[in-house]
Amino acid sequence: MVQKVGIIKTDDLVFEYIRRDEEGNVEGITTAVDHVSLDIAPGQFIAILGHNGSGKSTLAKHINAILNPTEGTVWVDGMDTTDESNIWEIRQRAGMVFQNPDNQIIGQVVEEDVGFGPENMGIPTREIWERVEESLRAVGMYEFRKASPNKLSGGQKQRVSIAGVLAMHPKCIVLDEPTAMLDPNGRKEVIRAVRGLNDVEGVTVILITHYMEEIIHADKVFVMDKGKVAMEGTPREIFSQVERLKELRLDVPQVTLLAYELQKRGMDLPNGILTVEELVEALEKQTKNGRN
Amino acid sequence: MIRDITLGQYYQVESTIHRLDPRVKLGGTLLFIISLFLFHNWLGYLIAAIGLCSVIALSRVPFKFMVRGMKSILFLLLITVAFNLFLTPGTALVTIWKITITIEGVKTALTMAARLTMLIIGSSIMTLTTTPNNLTDGLERMMRPLKVVKVPVHEVAMMMSIALRFIPILLEETDKIMKAQLARGADFESGNIFRRAKAMVPILVPLFISAFRRANDLAMAMEARCYRGGDGRTKMKPLIYSRADYMAWGCIVLYLVISIVLGRIAF
Repeated sequence: MVQKVGIIKTDDLVFEYIRRDEEGNVEGITTAVDHVSLDIAPGQFIAILGHNGSGKSTLAKHINAILNPTEGTVWVDGMDTTDESNIWEIRQRAGMVFQNPDNQIIGQVVEEDVGFGPENMGIPTREIWERVEESLRAVGMYEFRKASPNKLSGGQKQRVSIAGVLAMHPKCIVLDEPTAMLDPNGRKEVIRAVRGLNDVEGVTVILITHYMEEIIHADKVFVMDKGKVAMEGTPREIFSQVERLKELRLDVPQVTLLAYELQKRGMDLPNGILTVEELVEALEKQTKNGRN
Repeated sequence: MIRDITLGQYYQVESTIHRLDPRVKLGGTLLFIISLFLFHNWLGYLIAAIGLCSVIALSRVPFKFMVRGMKSILFLLLITVAFNLFLTPGTALVTIWKITITIEGVKTALTMAARLTMLIIGSSIMTLTTTPNNLTDGLERMMRPLKVVKVPVHEVAMMMSIALRFIPILLEETDKIMKAQLARGADFESGNIFRRAKAMVPILVPLFISAFRRANDLAMAMEARCYRGGDGRTKMKPLIYSRADYMAWGCIVLYLVISIVLGRIAF
């Protein structure tokens, strides 16, 4: 079945983890993803937000055909993920970056690791080298091409992992909490690289995270809770609902929270302020108006 | 600190030997070792020694690194020499009390010592000049014919290179776990050997669990990057013989012919 809309489309996706006791009898069923329907257009920067156990990683694994839906369908670039014959094509088009940088680097030298994906795809040697160079340059790791991954920082390792996926020329990259194990500097590094890919290379990005600061540049945000999509909209729309976010146990960025509290005390500020600059601007306007 | 350990004993320097294809080095070493056991006279050993010395000179690895490899087998070497020296029957050379040293004994002891020394130095040149990664690649290529008899050559090579990649990571992890257990009052230093072995259990259990978890993650990451075994896979760094490699093979064959012909002449 070929669907021509969107690069990633899920229709009523359900995934259940079945727990079994020692005899193999079903003990209980956990519904990790519960009737989720998404439609993601090519070239978008999508963020999926949610606290631990909200089903966001399970959802991500469906896009790469690592998990197969219990119910419903997932299409990647028009291909159904349950069809075994599509599986390698899907994995090439929708690359995936995982949380732990150490556990996804296979090569002993940076450039060899980046070449791993293209090698698996059977790309001719000359082209592999071209792809490796271009991907390492795209994430700003070209100077480290001869280094051992063990000597890199967490943020650098994660950028190598992104380059490794990029070398497969995917249409879409799914990043499953790529910054969860990094320090603030590493986090910034990685997010900058990811935004670069989206802006410059036009790759569709699906960023899964629980850091609010990372999603302010997204085109669209999905907030997940208990396997369901609880909220969806632009970052501004999402951040203007501070109370709802708190209910979902998510932290609102400090600036947004400050603006929200000021608003509550009667200041006339716009909804969903995302950056310090915006708040400063809005406050300046306020004081000017107040003087006049 | 623990990150900086080098695996194997690769010595990083630019040289003709370093640049050679790993298959040449593997094959050459094997043939050299075989040749050592074919000689009947000292001329053969002389030629082997000359060959070995020229390779050492070409490799630009300091000689002391090769001798370092000898230390580990020094004991074995001494025992071999002693056994041959005292236990070979033949014409007596010296007799002290009940121990007799024979002319034949001296001869065999000397040849054995020469053989073993050259064998160890010869093979350490290979490991000193080839990265573990390169060595795995070379082995994979040379073993490829075994695929016909269903030996999973690619898989074994892949396992070897993954192991090489994860050894430093797991070492670091061991270090971390040890410190965590020490901080909670674990004692690894006192007591007899059994107690100390028992004290290792709280390190090994978490280490194993973490290794399995890592293996699971890595397998998923490899599949996500389209890994599906060795079939249809291309190489980023394929092994291609260059002119230098053909010349090296030529030298090896030349060495074999000369040393075996001259080494087997009976005087």
